[in-house]
Amino acid sequence: MEEESDTRKINNSFLRDHNYATEADIISTVEFNSTGELLATGDKGGRVVVFQREQESKTQPHRRGEYNVYSTFQSHEPEFDYLKSLEIEEKINKIKWLPQQNAAYFLLSTNDKTVKLWKISERDKRPEGYNLKDEDGRIRDPSTITSLRVPVLQPMDLMVEATARRVFSNAHTYHINSISVNSDLQTYISTDDLRVNLWNLEITDRSFNIVDIKPANMEELTEVITSAEFHPQHCHTFAYSSSKGSIRLCDMRQAALCDRHSKYFEEPEDPSTRSFFSEIISSISDVKFSHNGRYLMTRDYLTVKVWDLQMENKPLETYQVHDYLRGKLCSLYENDCIFDKFECVWNGSDSVIMTGSYNNFFRMFDRNTKRDVTLEASRENSKPRAILKPRKVCVGGKRRKDEISVDSLDFSKKILHTTWHPQENIIAVAATNNLYIFQDKVN
Amino acid sequence: MFLKGIKRKFSEPGEEPVSSGEQAPATSPAASRTLSSSYSLQRQSLLDMSLIKLQLCHMLVEPNLCRSVLIANTVRQIQEEMTQDGTWQMMTQALAAAQCPADRLVATEVLCRQTDAATQAGQSPKPVSVVGLEEGYHSEEVVMESDVETEAIMSTLSPASPQMSSASYLAGPFGMGPCWDEEEEDGDCEEDEEEDSEDCVSEGEEADEDHLSADSRTGEKVFGTFEIKHPVPPPDPGLEELFSDVDPSYYDLDTVLTGTPKMGPYDLLESLSSHGPTALSSSSSCRSDLNELDHIMEIIVGS
Repeated sequence: MEEESDTRKINNSFLRDHNYATEADIISTVEFNSTGELLATGDKGGRVVVFQREQESKTQPHRRGEYNVYSTFQSHEPEFDYLKSLEIEEKINKIKWLPQQNAAYFLLSTNDKTVKLWKISERDKRPEGYNLKDEDGRIRDPSTITSLRVPVLQPMDLMVEATARRVFSNAHTYHINSISVNSDLQTYISTDDLRVNLWNLEITDRSFNIVDIKPANMEELTEVITSAEFHPQHCHTFAYSSSKGSIRLCDMRQAALCDRHSKYFEEPEDPSTRSFFSEIISSISDVKFSHNGRYLMTRDYLTVKVWDLQMENKPLETYQVHDYLRGKLCSLYENDCIFDKFECVWNGSDSVIMTGSYNNFFRMFDRNTKRDVTLEASRENSKPRAILKPRKVCVGGKRRKDEISVDSLDFSKKILHTTWHPQENIIAVAATNNLYIFQDKVN
Repeated sequence: MFLKGIKRKFSEPGEEPVSSGEQAPATSPAASRTLSSSYSLQRQSLLDMSLIKLQLCHMLVEPNLCRSVLIANTVRQIQEEMTQDGTWQMMTQALAAAQCPADRLVATEVLCRQTDAATQAGQSPKPVSVVGLEEGYHSEEVVMESDVETEAIMSTLSPASPQMSSASYLAGPFGMGPCWDEEEEDGDCEEDEEEDSEDCVSEGEEADEDHLSADSRTGEKVFGTFEIKHPVPPPDPGLEELFSDVDPSYYDLDTVLTGTPKMGPYDLLESLSSHGPTALSSSSSCRSDLNELDHIMEIIVGS
């Protein structure tokens, strides 16, 4: 059928590569590093698992580099705030990689309150032949030492160790929802519901507050910050999104406190679709700059929008993710699904965008051909190395054979976190506690 | 728009107040004229649902501020709309006239989390729920019939009482309690509401629907006007059972609506106590929260 053949252009025979079952914990964030060699996942238990891509083997060219576990470490522990008598969850909200500058890898990981800089380094050699201690580490009896020798580096089994190099704490009263590394590679921002703080990666005891939308009287609070990101090239520009569906672009050169935006993006509301849920579904859950820095993508409950940075009054493109839910908003409000925060992601060339949905579905939109596809991340419905079959949700009365009706959707299976390899067509999709990695088929 | 201190006016001045037993707003004259009853039913249940959501915040872990802001904005929106078309006023009057069972209070009290243990001692030994507030419009006869809890509540709602102990179903999520804002003090009671009760003139009833009206101080009304003054009694076992079994069809609002045929204002709250597992609370963590609630209440109340 013509439609299916078109969708194949995008999904283009994505293979299911491996299904990495993590612990029972739910994956809360996924992120490729800037080369795509590493893939980090954070989970609800405060752990970070880093996968590394295998070197492509010359003997098996058909076997593309697969991702294997490289390092696992406990990034955050549960804490208790004694002043407020409240627990601080150890769940990793976001991970952001720093571009690689030497042999070690660096990433920032954050929970609700504290950001940590982790260094992941390899050790494959160790010095042997000490003078004062033997191989087990025990101190040698000085009277037995008769000659001097220089310790030599000997190869050992590869060991990957992660060490916390910086801990940035006590700067956020509210829950951190995002972090973003600046293109200057020296600073980064951390954002909570009401404030954005600017840090220097070297300095942990001080941060600058650059956005503060907390009203003098908390009773008047009607809007919160939902996400913030630095511009990929301009180190003075960042954007933050709000729960009212607006995005503000700020220029740090204008003032120390960026409460006044330099650009304000908001689409006027369509009065014909107004309901009591209009505001909730307009709340932006994720904002991402395109790699070329010319566009912004935002995700609200039902749509993904692409904005041109030069046009503030309306988005350039709007894509319906799961419009069939529009008639179910009351139920979704009741079971709290309407507050789910879906992320969105660009591919390396900014031509395709992807976001998650329910029932372990995720959607891809090709901006050039305007085609879209719905795929499913589930073990039952796809065999390893099989091409993913496009899925379809039927809204009308007649349900075709492979379609699934709206009422059969499983709202507990939501794909909130996805990431796309910066150069290749490899995607990682987190489905509750499972991580799926899909690759383009090798011809 | 209904303003504080102004005598309530019916749209048709000569009309009698809605008789007891009838469920507003379907029978409210102004409401039914301008809105379909199903729309106002839906709007009402949405309002109730939202209020419950705001109440049931997780006290062990800080609640999600974004979610609460969105729910509060929805509540505000509904209240504004209801005030604009006069439904609010009609509804509260109708409720006032209606006979409401007192046992409702128990169920709704459980939903109220205490955020302030040490305020205005002696005024009211029990927290007042939304329903309780409405019931305050009863004549004194109702007070005598019901149990001690209700009586205490009623007495504090009488216009003669100098201080209003008012429903705290929203418990000031933003301005009050440590979980929201470190700088705000506990028990930051909005003293204004006491003025409300004095200013508002009623036809002999305790008239305090001002609390719920969306006027220019909607924000305060929503967040800070009410507070729970005193410890919550042990949770109703019926309510525990309710939360222990989350019906998968709960997210179908129709189930809820059809399950309770007469959906008057705040009857939704009644449905929680009297009907089976039509649990509106979707979070299974509410179950553990109620256990935590027990424990926390014991701590906060002190020994």
